[in-house]
Amino acid sequence: MNDAGFVQQTLVPLLYLISAVTFIFGIKGLTRVRTARRGNGLAALAMLVAVVTTLLDMGLVDYRWILGGLVVGGAIGAIAAVKVEMTEMPEMVALFNGCGGGASVLVAIAYLWQEVVESGAGDGMTPSALLGPDSALSVVLSILIGAITLSGSVVAYLKLRGKISGQPIMVPGRHVLNLALFLGALGLGVWFAFFVAEASLIATVAVVVALLATVLGVMLVIPIGGADMPVVISLLNSYSGLAASATGFVLNENVLIISGALVGASGLILTQIMCVAMNRTLANVLFGGFGMQEQETASGPASDYGTVRSYGPEESAMLLESAESVVFVPGYGLAVAQAQHVCRELADLLESRGVKVSYGIHPVAGRMPGHMNVLLAEADVPYEQLREMDEINPDFKETDVVIIVGANDVVNPAAENVPGSPIAGMPVLKVWDAGTTMVIKRSLSPGFAGIKNSLFENENNIMVFGDAKEVLQGLVTELKQAAAA
Amino acid sequence: MMGPLLISIYVFVLAMFVGREVITKVPPTLHTPLMSGANAISGITIVGALLVARTADPTVSNIVGAGAIVLATINVVGGFLVTDRMLSMFGQKKKR
Repeated sequence: MNDAGFVQQTLVPLLYLISAVTFIFGIKGLTRVRTARRGNGLAALAMLVAVVTTLLDMGLVDYRWILGGLVVGGAIGAIAAVKVEMTEMPEMVALFNGCGGGASVLVAIAYLWQEVVESGAGDGMTPSALLGPDSALSVVLSILIGAITLSGSVVAYLKLRGKISGQPIMVPGRHVLNLALFLGALGLGVWFAFFVAEASLIATVAVVVALLATVLGVMLVIPIGGADMPVVISLLNSYSGLAASATGFVLNENVLIISGALVGASGLILTQIMCVAMNRTLANVLFGGFGMQEQETASGPASDYGTVRSYGPEESAMLLESAESVVFVPGYGLAVAQAQHVCRELADLLESRGVKVSYGIHPVAGRMPGHMNVLLAEADVPYEQLREMDEINPDFKETDVVIIVGANDVVNPAAENVPGSPIAGMPVLKVWDAGTTMVIKRSLSPGFAGIKNSLFENENNIMVFGDAKEVLQGLVTELKQAAAA
Repeated sequence: MMGPLLISIYVFVLAMFVGREVITKVPPTLHTPLMSGANAISGITIVGALLVARTADPTVSNIVGAGAIVLATINVVGGFLVTDRMLSMFGQKKKR
């Protein structure tokens, strides 16, 4: 008796505290390359402590449902984590995010059912009177944030997968509609939490709130274009943390509040970094419908090009043979073509000829923060060769050849010299300072900003049309032949 | 005197600040792993899921709770594993 009291009132809270502190150390470790792997391990350990502590707290209960859930979820998660291609990381993170949001909704609903609906206590008393006003309100918030995270992440996943168009999809009057959805969901939530004392009605309204928030999540993400996905994924990441915090408020459990807040903060920081990298405000990303105003801008129609020079692999290889320094600028096209390994192969070949090789990485290249870094790391590119935009921009003047693989908007001079352009003011890689720029791309079609790239018309630019992987492979072959001859 | 809600709000606000202070100046190389690691941490909802799925008889709350466990476990296990997989590529094989 005394022992049980000690376990639940002292040991359990202390273990939760240890878990929370370990989470903090873990996430701190994740911010430095040398400590990142250990940090991730620490965070996983913290999670294990939290789970074991919870089981300890619950004491002897029927574990069948719990074990079933853990086994099924663990198996799905493990298989997904092992099988996913590095190029598919953005989709995977979006889905995992959605799972976190979904779990928050389900926990809130299950808690409401358990305490209010199934116990029958909800007949005659409001959730607020039963659970306390703070818990009742937190249930509503948990359902709201969780459902928005869930459906928003699923839409982001579908966009990244190409199952639905990556282009912004505009619903007329969507701002008014979204505001109505939000206020409706919140209003109904507050209403059932504080004013309804009838179990069946509480249950129905709670589900309606979840559905409204689900629709809102879809509406919020569907107008956002593919190139803005790094911002959206960071933001949804932050939401999933806030949803976990809200669940912590429901259950009055500090470890949830703390770890949720950590994730919320990290997601917000990444969101901010991404917005700065695109020179746009968060409001503009969320409400702007980027990439739709293409034809009205000063840069002219998106596909109207003057003379562009197009080279085959042979001529391009000759150009590389005489280069002394080469910078690769990878973009989303590299990921799509899975060209990271052959890119590294070409870099190795160049290095063996004494060429200085590095990579210029734009912060929003790809579809999630750090997307390119992960791909190149997979291909064993030494990370010292990966250079940030601000660091490498001054060096382009001394670079002989810049090879742009599947990137477009991040090397568009319009950001600097066309004031009316949608990307005006966005920091870009100043590749045009280099001796020659070589753009490997399928066609002249515009990037996600939907605008023309005048770099392609430059006199010192050559286009090499084709799939990134095939073109790079062709270059490798040509260079090898030239060396053998 | 502070009510439990107020204490929770204190904890939340302070933890947000801790998060902000701890996660300054992340090198871009680590943006993706930080995000997916943080994502796995948000699976802490699993604690809540365990608490609501504890009864044995198959009630609505129980089944919904078990669903929450499944989702949260996917998030936790998948998130930490995939982050580790990514990070294993970063550190060790620096020289070829």
